[in-house]
Amino acid sequence: MKFLGLSAKDTRFLLIVILLTLATPIILQPFPEGSGLATFNAGYPDLMQRFAIFGIFAIGFNILFGLTGYLSFGHAAFLGIGSYTVVWMYKLLDYNVIWGLPLAVVTSGLFALLIGYISLRRSGIYFSILTLAFAQMSYNLAYSVLTPITNGETGLQVYSNDPQVLISEGETSPHFFGIVMNESAKLNLGDWQFTFNNGYYFTAIIAIVVFYISLRIFRSPFGLMLRAIKTNQTRLNYTGINTRPYTLAAFVISGMYAGLAGGLMAAMDPLAGAERMQWTASGEVVLMTILGGAGTLMGPILGAGFIKYFENIFSKINDQVLHGWFEWMPDGLEDFIIGLSHFFVGKSWHLTLGLLFMLVVIFLPGGLVEGGTRIWHAIRRDRKPKGPDPEHHPEHIPHVAEKEEF
Amino acid sequence: MDAIILQILNGLDKGSAYALIALGLTLIFGTLGVVNFAHGALFMIGAFVAVSVQRLLSLSFEQIDSTKTDFLGNPLKVKVPYVESWFGPEVGATIIDWSVPLAIIVAIPVMLLVGFVMERGLIKHFYKRPHADQILVTFGLAIVLQELVKYFFGANPIQTPAPDAFTGSFDFGAMIGFDPNVIIYPYWRLVYFGFAAVVIGAVFAFLQFTTFGMVVRAGMADRETVGLLGINIDRRFTIMFGIAAAVAGIAGVMYAPILSPNYHMGMDFLVLSFVVVVVGGMGSLPGAVAAGFLLGILQSFASMNEVKSVIPGIDQVIIYLVAIIILLTRPRGLMGRAGVMEE
Amino acid sequence: MSKTNITRRGLMKTGAATGAGLALPTIFTSGAAAFTNEPTGSSVKLGFNVPQTGPYAEEGLDELRAYELAVEHLNGMGDGGAMNTFSSKVLEGNGILGKKVEYVTGDTQTKSDAARASAKSMIEKDGVTMITGGSSSGVAIAVQGLAQDAGIIFMAALTHSNDTTGKDRKANGFRYFFNAYMSGAALAPVLKNAYGSDRRAYHLTADYTWGWTQQESIAAATEAIGWETVNNVLTPVGAGDFSSYIAPVLNSGADVLVLNHYGGDMVNSLTQAIQFGLKDKVVNGKQFEIVVPLYSELMAAGAGENIKGVYGSMNWNWQLQDPGTQAFVKSFGEKYGRPPSGSAHTAYVQTLLYADAVTRAGSFNPCAVVEALEGFEFDGLGIGPTLYRAEDHQAFKDVLVMKGAENPTTEYDTLEIVEVTPVEQVMYPPDHPMFGGPEASLGECNDGA
Repeated sequence: MKFLGLSAKDTRFLLIVILLTLATPIILQPFPEGSGLATFNAGYPDLMQRFAIFGIFAIGFNILFGLTGYLSFGHAAFLGIGSYTVVWMYKLLDYNVIWGLPLAVVTSGLFALLIGYISLRRSGIYFSILTLAFAQMSYNLAYSVLTPITNGETGLQVYSNDPQVLISEGETSPHFFGIVMNESAKLNLGDWQFTFNNGYYFTAIIAIVVFYISLRIFRSPFGLMLRAIKTNQTRLNYTGINTRPYTLAAFVISGMYAGLAGGLMAAMDPLAGAERMQWTASGEVVLMTILGGAGTLMGPILGAGFIKYFENIFSKINDQVLHGWFEWMPDGLEDFIIGLSHFFVGKSWHLTLGLLFMLVVIFLPGGLVEGGTRIWHAIRRDRKPKGPDPEHHPEHIPHVAEKEEF
Repeated sequence: MDAIILQILNGLDKGSAYALIALGLTLIFGTLGVVNFAHGALFMIGAFVAVSVQRLLSLSFEQIDSTKTDFLGNPLKVKVPYVESWFGPEVGATIIDWSVPLAIIVAIPVMLLVGFVMERGLIKHFYKRPHADQILVTFGLAIVLQELVKYFFGANPIQTPAPDAFTGSFDFGAMIGFDPNVIIYPYWRLVYFGFAAVVIGAVFAFLQFTTFGMVVRAGMADRETVGLLGINIDRRFTIMFGIAAAVAGIAGVMYAPILSPNYHMGMDFLVLSFVVVVVGGMGSLPGAVAAGFLLGILQSFASMNEVKSVIPGIDQVIIYLVAIIILLTRPRGLMGRAGVMEE
Repeated sequence: MSKTNITRRGLMKTGAATGAGLALPTIFTSGAAAFTNEPTGSSVKLGFNVPQTGPYAEEGLDELRAYELAVEHLNGMGDGGAMNTFSSKVLEGNGILGKKVEYVTGDTQTKSDAARASAKSMIEKDGVTMITGGSSSGVAIAVQGLAQDAGIIFMAALTHSNDTTGKDRKANGFRYFFNAYMSGAALAPVLKNAYGSDRRAYHLTADYTWGWTQQESIAAATEAIGWETVNNVLTPVGAGDFSSYIAPVLNSGADVLVLNHYGGDMVNSLTQAIQFGLKDKVVNGKQFEIVVPLYSELMAAGAGENIKGVYGSMNWNWQLQDPGTQAFVKSFGEKYGRPPSGSAHTAYVQTLLYADAVTRAGSFNPCAVVEALEGFEFDGLGIGPTLYRAEDHQAFKDVLVMKGAENPTTEYDTLEIVEVTPVEQVMYPPDHPMFGGPEASLGECNDGA
């Protein structure tokens, strides 16, 4: 079965991804409402949208970092630019996202062209610091001096006295030709409740399209060239190939992905805050990609889901929830367990995240994708399951092109 | 003129803080080839060593003072520090007052130990891993360390004053022919500057004039060859990591009176210290120090009203702007060596 | 899905018909909710959205303590606290309208994005009818806007910028905390008495919206008593080392330094200003003074000795002697072993006020609650008679002027109350230019239906 120029294996892979994406509202809601474990359900619109949006962000980042090895520490700048563009279109025209989203891709692409053209004159850590410097300048200015354009700390939002020249009656929130993003259909099935949200499906379809594009890039001669740059740029230069146009193209493409992600954030929620451009946001996408498995197709998406899940679910576990779980225990033990939990949940959710970063990178050098692959092999038993490498020597992580699987 | 002299002093002071942090980071970069995102956390731990020493010295027992009441109307419990009851109120108070300088003595062994444990327990396994993995694991470690500090010390900044003897300001202007009280500078900041100069000098002298330093420098240049000569370079690198941690730690201790320690101060300094190191040039200790002072002074000048009124917001971006200009004109920063962290 | 433009509520209205038409073993949400998250069971959920990580985590922690206490009191546990002294007597300790009060918590990280994400999960996943919290104006305004769009109530906690009930005011949002204008109006007369009317002030201002509105308010109020504003220098947020901004103050000819900073920035800038010997200087024949317009207990604790003799303002302090304050301090102190902070008080009061408004309205419908709160006058929750003004949803009450105590006896009384400024003095018209002028409007209340 071949489909849209993909090999049979890739087609199967893409179909699985499509299926999983469309079924997300059901998959992420495994526990019945009202049960103690319902806290762990993630199938509500905002978080599902975030999974898809940060998935797009990480897929784009992976095209640059995973393929060429150039580690940008300033991709959040494009995220912010995308968001600001979309909100400005709300303010000037109307709430239809059709104006803002393409423009967000274009403006972030232009900024990426400019920043990439300058930063790519250097490589390694010098490149990283150049991109970081550009992004931090954007953030600092957006937060203070550029407030007339960005509305500073409060975040850019639509006010009633904005022009909105195309606005029609009763249009109060972002929509795509009448499909209102924050509207959902709910399905009650026994104790389970599933939410099918317009905004999520809008983002999910875009995510599938851009995932397909990234799949094609990975398999294309262009993708091969990018990998060659990662392996040995000097050798390429000696053979007379000018690598700069290739890396610049990768940088601009990943910048456009980031702009699209930022635009979608504003499409789901019409507010653009300056923190989106801070170095911590740039660092987050780096962590997502490495955590999931840089250079793999699925890795960055898994990494994005992992981090966003912890941020939104673990931070909400408070004493009341803990009491609900452990009230069957004897009092002394319950207090002890709850006291111990204080290290890891609620206000200490960062600690859990930090520990997991360390555990993953120590025991799964190839990121979460490697964990998945190991489990898969363990189940199939067609290969010896590899234990953790005691020497922690870097393992050669085969690229997707080499092994043609996720 | 007086304003410019004041800003030069400020710049030197800021610069010495930047240089101290960057120095440790460069030692780790240069000798071990590890991108250490936990370096800011080491600085933060140093500052909290000062806090802990202060807390430890002011450990108190409670005495009921029945003449006063607390906010719920119960008799007031007055806290009396043990040291005051042992050594008498005056000597005791002086000991507590000097807790920050005393903390230096505690911080050096503590930070060396932290450094050894970190290197042996974690970093060692990452020498041959990609830089990306090093970033992820050290970033994870930094989060864990700062969350632990938050758990025990809270998120609020904690006042850690310098000894009374150092409060007040030194009249600099009077010395060089200005009117009195025109150019004054706080004693503690002058102490900090002098302290930084001594530490930087000591690290340089250590690397320059000792056999140990010679081997480490050789190892920085060509690790494999040094290893082939039968020299145990690993053990020396562990010690080097400990020294880098100690430098960051005592920089934190001494900075505590200037910047009240809080649990996220490490992250706040992290990005800045990376910029300083890279502007200085990878693998170059003099470069890191020079870049620290350069960025410190430029930032101080950019904060002046005269400059800000011409270019609004320049103080917010000056460091990054200078970093971009330097990296574009000098491919490896001020004094970087070819081939270090360029892949 | 054949029909793309499905609205949830549209579905609910035609719920039965659609459900039957689908002829599947599936039933779409029924219950014909009349407004967002109408509580149908035996309990109602409130959302407490506070910073649990980041620089204001401690502030958030104290707010959470107060929220938990308020929930206890509403559910009839504990001693009832300020519910006993509250002028409105409809709360009976049986929850709200007989429904047991439950709560969810979230982490705003003091970032607008994270705060909105957390608030959205409370609305979409947990089904809260009200969100309260916040520790910065940017976050409060962002969440207030979200509550307006979603059709629930937002009871702002710690937000001091004029904009929250000024140009960014929203029909579904209410602020009990005071604002920058009130700080200026309360401080100016006290400063005039203490330091005279011939003063030259130098402002250092955090470079973001809250800093700007506060600087504007304080400058206007002090200029009205005859002070001159020599300079206003914007400083980056989280600068850490403020020396290069403080040094120029030395020879600027100013004799008062106003620090429009909050949290860690304020602790550092004040500490460093004192290290530079500013408080020991004599300029123009007058003693140099420092003013910190917005105080909090946690900042005072962070700044330690340095706040001695420094003036500032507060919304509320536990040392007040009215019965409402005493009742609240007693139950908070007995539960947690420490007096509550000002932000804890606001958090507690806002929760009670919401519960009371729902009970008086007899409905959780946000529009009914808004109606019950607008123009509501009450007393007994601390700091005397209070009015929730209908035009901008700002609470009006007396404002405290504080001063760093010279000889504190415990770690909790480092600030002392200098004056309780009567409410008339901090009143302003709802269309005041600092509050968005005549253009600012609440908009329509939204119940999500």
